[in-house]
Formats: sequence, structure tokens, C-alpha cells
Amino acid sequence: MTISRLTIHELHELLVKKEISAVELTREHLDRIQKLDGDVKAYITVTDQLALEQAKAVDAKISAGESIGTLAGIPMAVKDNLCTKGINTTCASKMLDGFQPQYSATVVHKLQAENAILLGKANMDEFAMGSTTENSAFFATKNPWNADCVPGGSSGGSAAAVAADLAVYSLGSDTGGSIRQPASFCGIVGLKPTYGAVSRFGLIAFASSLDQIGPLAKDVTDTALILNAITGYDKQDSTSAKYDYPDYTKALTGDVKGLRIGLPKEYLGEGIDPEVEAQVRAAAAKLEELGAVVEECSLPYTRYAMPAYYLIAPAEASSNLGRYDGVRYGLRVQAKDVVDMFCDTRKQGFGAEVKRRIMLGTYALSSGYYDAYYLKALKVRNLIKQDYDQAFAKYDCLIAPTAPTTALHKGQNQDPLALYKGDICTIPSNLAGIPALSLPYGLDKNQMPIGVQLLGKAFAEPTLLQVAYALEQNTTLTRLKPNQGKGL
Amino acid sequence: MEYEVVIGCEVHVELKTKTKIFCSCPTDFGGAPNTHVCPVCLGLPGTLPVLNKKVLEYAIKAGLAMNCEIAHFSKFDRKNYFYPDLTKAYQISQFDLPICKNGYIDIETSQGAKRIGITRIHMEEDAGKLVHQGATITTSAGSLADYNRAGVPLIEIVSEPDMRSAEDVMAFLTNLKAIIEYTGVSDARMEQGSLRCDVNLSLRPVGQEVFGTRAEIKNLNSFRAVERVVKYEIERQTEILEAGGKVVQETRTWDDGKGITLSLRSKEDSDEYRYFPDPDLTPIIVTDAYIEELRASLPEMPQVKRQRMMEEDGLPAYDAGVITASKALADFYDGVHAHYNDTKKISNWIMVELLAKVNAEGIELADVKIRPEQMAALLKLIDAGEISGKIAKKVFGEMFATGKDAEAIIKEQGLVQISDEGALKEMVAAVVEANPKSVEDYKAGKKKAMGFLVGQIMKASKGQANPAVINQLLTEKLDSM
Repeated sequence: MTISRLTIHELHELLVKKEISAVELTREHLDRIQKLDGDVKAYITVTDQLALEQAKAVDAKISAGESIGTLAGIPMAVKDNLCTKGINTTCASKMLDGFQPQYSATVVHKLQAENAILLGKANMDEFAMGSTTENSAFFATKNPWNADCVPGGSSGGSAAAVAADLAVYSLGSDTGGSIRQPASFCGIVGLKPTYGAVSRFGLIAFASSLDQIGPLAKDVTDTALILNAITGYDKQDSTSAKYDYPDYTKALTGDVKGLRIGLPKEYLGEGIDPEVEAQVRAAAAKLEELGAVVEECSLPYTRYAMPAYYLIAPAEASSNLGRYDGVRYGLRVQAKDVVDMFCDTRKQGFGAEVKRRIMLGTYALSSGYYDAYYLKALKVRNLIKQDYDQAFAKYDCLIAPTAPTTALHKGQNQDPLALYKGDICTIPSNLAGIPALSLPYGLDKNQMPIGVQLLGKAFAEPTLLQVAYALEQNTTLTRLKPNQGKGL
Repeated sequence: MEYEVVIGCEVHVELKTKTKIFCSCPTDFGGAPNTHVCPVCLGLPGTLPVLNKKVLEYAIKAGLAMNCEIAHFSKFDRKNYFYPDLTKAYQISQFDLPICKNGYIDIETSQGAKRIGITRIHMEEDAGKLVHQGATITTSAGSLADYNRAGVPLIEIVSEPDMRSAEDVMAFLTNLKAIIEYTGVSDARMEQGSLRCDVNLSLRPVGQEVFGTRAEIKNLNSFRAVERVVKYEIERQTEILEAGGKVVQETRTWDDGKGITLSLRSKEDSDEYRYFPDPDLTPIIVTDAYIEELRASLPEMPQVKRQRMMEEDGLPAYDAGVITASKALADFYDGVHAHYNDTKKISNWIMVELLAKVNAEGIELADVKIRPEQMAALLKLIDAGEISGKIAKKVFGEMFATGKDAEAIIKEQGLVQISDEGALKEMVAAVVEANPKSVEDYKAGKKKAMGFLVGQIMKASKGQANPAVINQLLTEKLDSM
């Protein structure tokens, strides 16, 4: 048994029993990174020195007989749009190449307080804009299942690191599916929490009203454990929710008897790969078999989610990314006057996809277009929320695909619009602010993982974990490992 | 043709909160550049704003003091534009749902009483300060940015176009400043930049209802500049219209040295701010209970206080107006009045002696060393005949300079009034003897000579002689001759 393959809860046992030390565990991961990440390219920055120091501190605690938390001594990675004090935080952009924040994100603080081991910063699509991680200004990340495929995105580095056992778990961010879709492509569990459940302080904003930080993990139990550590009200984030956050592991009962589960028809059929649809239906059938009540249902406004999203997200992004002007930090291109400095800095600092979205958003917010685009998009957003409200009045949980397909081939999709359509299953839940979880559920004919998505009403993470855990305990389809020969 | 002037104002007031609007940096003036900054007000990636509740409280107080409706539901919006003094490339402000709207300020001018509408008051953050190595940002090899002011809370007060003259504008601004000062939400000092004014001015033929094309003159930082701008713009626009030309809708800037306004940008290239609700801040919900709590906490407003001074204290309208125009002055008056009853005398001393010294020294009332009870003691000494009015002025000057009690100064300098008849009789006799010509004139019926003789005696006594006693003794002496 390779220790790098183990989950948080399995490794915690070993650490507590002193069958392994945190330093050994960390070294094992650092060695794997050194050996394999030249191929996978999951990491932009590896913080090996820091990781070993943190590991030593955990070992000291263990040998002093102190009790340690479940995440203590477990090596992990965070997406490179999460601020880490004194450590490069680049958003995979030339604009922030070498940028070292003077502060850490609230989630990073929380994990540090749990004595988590930071292995490094994971690659991503530039400023989280994209769904392949090919938009990184530095390099593309490969899918550990098949080096010719993308890992998904934008949290592709975070997903690939976990799938390739280069980290036990990772944090990503999800604005329109950026945790769930790469989790699906890489065959791991990914959860986008309820908007407001995890503080956004220190997350470099893409679209503030949609962004949520969440875990990518090897199984459902790990997902619950990470959630326990990262959720909570934060006074530094005005949109953070004051809520009595539960112990998420309590939801891991394995029992779904009597749960009402909806299968929305708008997430199936046209545009969805039949193999993917078949697995979603298989998962639904499995739940029925386990005692849940499954029914087809309808979310009629789903088809408007994509156009609404591609107005709201770029609009917010166009404003959020205004601060990268070359004046205070990051890239500055010298020019003859200040206006040219702004223009040249942004011209050279941003990649094509980021520029495309800034232009889209700027247009949508311009006077004369605001009502027709941005305002209308906000109205659609409300209708989508109402769709979900109505559905969750009847169902505890919805089941759907995470993505229309399995992992795309590298460079397969050059048409931005076609790529945007790939977000169709994940976008509506960001617009509504509700939680959604992607669970691996079998492989397609090319031996690539398929993801099944579970959606719940706001703060229904326990329900999603409960359902996912039941599937995990009752099938062999959820804990998948890449064919090492082919992938790595 | 006869033209009517139409003027509206936009006034920016810096709120006197201890910390900035969205972070906990201090708002103090005078720190070394970039010492009152943090990742939040520097807009560093990943940081988020959290509203300082004091800002909301102060904005509502200002709104209530200006008779506004307070919005139960309000929000912050982003005003997007690029400029190096703006750390996020957007200013957090309020666009379509300001915290206060539909208020008014009453003014009084030579044309009588008038009500100036307040369209809205909204909250926003200030930007940083740029220091250019050359004249402007585009002609400089470099500019330095100081973000100490970035994120300092402001309210913007927008008036209706209800003003018709420079006098209206001055009265409006004077009352606005006083109201702000009374509420305690700002120092409202134009000279320090904590109160800045933009003037919108247009002309229209008398009798026409439609407004003419307006010019907006930005960032005026003294009352005098506002007055000069209004007068200058009226002249400039009149000349254009008289010559058959058209006023261009544009933003203009005031050149204080040359005394002229200059075009900054025309409406065609006006800014596109792409306002939209700030997703980092939640909507502002204000309850009636909170509004009423703040309303109850407001002090007496200048207008009401002025009326009370006229009715209860019997002060002339002019005196009451001057004293209530400044909270500090009104407080000073109240302080003296608490120990002394002759209100007209208090007002005279405040308006003539105190204000003359304050203006001459160029200091703020808050920095005056004399305490109100010391002033009351001085006035009592005059009434008791301990010192003459003339000596009192000298004593006042000394008090102003040192903050010492009047009695101590009088004692130190031997300024006590001489009312002792014995001593004064000698002085009278000496002066009468030394001025036979004046005595002759007096006897011949020239009453003026009396005044001259009194003056000579006062001089001889170094001003310390009691004038009433001298008058009496001198008359007796002359009549007996």
C-alpha cells in the first residue's frame, strides 16, 4: 500500500498510531511532486521548506502526547488564487507573477490553525477564467488519467494534484463549476459550498457574487472533514453567512431511506454525452434501490443560466480586475504616460480569455446596454433561484451530470462559446448560491471518469454528503484511481 | 436680454469617524505618506470591504438634520474608472439608492427667506492623493501616490437647482456647514478640504421655464472661491449668450490665481462609470427604530437655535445669525450666558472682540484659550465698575494671548479702575489748570471742550480713571469756576 494513495481519515489514524510521521508523509508527497509533477504540472509553486517545517511541528505535538486534529500533518495544496502570506500568489497570470501577499486568506489561516501541511500552490486558468487550465499563463496541467486530456478547470491544478496523489486534498474556487468540473474530469470529489458558507477573504476575486472556495478530495468523508475546517462566519467578508455550521461528518450515515431526489430533465438529453447520462441515471437508480424516492422534475429556466452567467460573471470581473493597472504591485510596463502605462500593462499582463471577459463585462455594464444585458441577467438569476426554490420544496436533493462530457482532449475546443456551453450543468447553482457536489461514478469507454452532481438548497451540504456517502458505501464506482501506466 | 441664474451645488463632506469607511485604518490628517494604509484600503488582491457602521450613522444624522427621508433599503455601487489615486479602479459609492433623499435647508438673504431642496445625500470613499513631479500627471516624468486618504468616508450632498445668486449660494453653504458642524459628523472645514463644493450654474432668459445649458465647476475649497466662481461664471455665460453664442455643457476648473474658470472636459467625452451594485457589500437595511434613535440624539439645529436666541435672549436677527452660524461660537455664547445675563453685551463682545482676534490670528474657535466662564467674569468686572470698557479690551487681549483670568491680569498690571474721588480730584484740578483755553471755550458754551478735558484726564490716569466719576468731578469743578 502506497501511503500517498490514502485519504485524510486513513492517514490521521496512522499519524495518531505513530505508524507514520508527518515529516515522512510530507516527504513522500514532495518526492512524488519532484518525480511526477514535471509531467502533470499541477503546481505553480512548491513550498517544500515550509511544508517540512510545518510537518516537524506536528510531529513534535504528536510525540509530546498532544492530541491533534484530523487535518493536522496532512499535506495539501491550495489554488493559486488564494492568498498565502509571503508566498507567491499569481492567479496563473503574468500580471501577478511574483506577487507575494502580506496576508493569508481566511481559509488558509483556518487550515494552518488545524496544522495542515501546505505543499504548494496549484495551477489554474488565469484568474479562474476557463475550464481546461490551458489558460494558465505559465503552463497547462495534464489530466492524470490521460496526459492528452485536460484536467478541467479552472481549478485543474488542484484536481490533478489530488488525482495524481501529489496532495491528499486541495482547495479550489468555483465561480461557474471550477471545482466540480475538474473534480469530475479527474475522478475525485469536489464540493462548491453554499455562497457565504466559506469566507472569500483572501480569494482573489473573479466574480464576487458567484465565487466560492471549496474542497477537492479523495472521498466523501474527507470532503466533510475539510468542510468542518473551512466553513464559518468571517467578519472580514460582508457576504459571509452567520449560521450555525454543523459537524458535517454527522451526515455520513449511509442511509438515504425516504429521501426525495429530483432528476431535472433540463440537465439531461441534448448536449449531454449518453455515457454521462447513463451514469447519472444509474446513480439515481442506485439511490432508489437504497430507499430514496427518485422522480424526474423540471427547472424550466435552466436554459437561460448560461447567457445570464456570461453577463454577470464578466461584468463583475471587468470591475474586479481593474485594479491591475501597474501602479501599485504586479506587472508594470513602462510607457510614455500614465494612460499608456495602464494600457500596455493590461495588454501584456492579461491573456486572451481574461481580456475577452473584461471586454464582455465592460460592454454589459456600459450605459445604454446595462438594462438590456446586466439588469436582465440579474432578473434571470432571480428566476433561476425561484426554479430551485420550487424544486427544493419537493425534493431534498437533485441529481444531474457535473459536466456534459468527460475530460476534453488538450486543445480540442478552440471555440470559446462551445467551451462556455460545457459549464451548463454547473453554472445555475452558482447563480442561485446553492451547494453542489461532484462525485465520481464510473468510467466511460475511454477509461475516463464520469462525475455525477448532487445539488441541494442553501446550507444543505449535509444532505449532499449524506447522499454521496451512501453511493460511495454501496458501489465501487466512486473511489477511482487513474491507470498509472497510461496517465503518469 | 435679462437672464436668470440657476445654481445647484454638490458638496463633499469628510466624515469625522476615527477609522476609514471599509477598514480600520485611522482617518487622521498629517501622517507620513502611506502610513495610514492596509491591504483593504490599498485594494490589494483578495481583500474585501466591511462597512464602518459609524459612517452609516453619520450619514443618516446629516440627512435628518437636512430634513431628508432616510432609505430603509439602500446599497453600495461601484463607480468604475482608472486613475492612479484610486486603488481598486473603482470607487465604492451609492448610485440609484442613496441613504438620504428629498430634504431641504432654509436660508435667509436680502431677498427674504427661501428653501433650498436637497436632492440626495450618499456615502462614498475618498481617493488617495497624487503629487506630480511636473505640472500635471501627463506631463510629469513621475508622480507619487499617497493613499492615506484612500477610504476616508465622505458624504456627497446634492442640492436642487434652487439657488439664483451668489448670495443664495453663500447662505446655503454657510447654513449647510453650520448644520454639519452641529450634528458633529464632520469638522466641515473648507480650508482643510473636509468640505468641498462643486457648483452647477446655468442661465436662462427671465420667464423661461426650461433650464439653460450648465457648466459644472469642480472642487472649490474656500467660500471665497465659490463666491468668485459664481460671479465669474455668470459674467462668462452672459457674455457668451449676449454675443449670440451657446454655452457648452462641460466640467470646468477654477484657477484661483487668475480668477477664471477653464474647461476640463466636455460632455461628449464625459466618463462612462459603469455603475453596478457592489457584490462585496450586502444591502443596507435601516429600521425606523434606528432612525428615530438617531433623530433623538441630534442637538438643536442652528435655525432653531437662532430663533430661540432672538425670542428668549432678545438678540437682533443679525447677531443671532452670526453666532449660530458656527457651533463653536454658539457653544461659547451659551457658555458665557450660563454665568452672565446681559445677552446683548455677550454678543457684542463675541462679535467685535473675539471674532476680530480669531480672524486676525487665523485660528479656529476650538483653539481659543479663553474659556466662556472667564469671559463672563470679565464682563462682570466691567459692570461692577472695576475696570473701564477700554481697559477691559486690553485685558481681553491679554486673556486671548495667555488664557489667564481677567482678575489676575488686572492685578498683575495694576489696571484697576480709579474711582477714588480724592485721587481723581487732584487729576481734574491739574488738567483744568494746564488747559485754560479749553476751560474758556467751555465757559463760552463750547460743550466739545468738555470731551477734550475728559480725554486729557483719562490719559493722565493711563485709562484707569472711572469715566463716570471724572465727568461728575469735572462738571462740578468747571461750574464752580
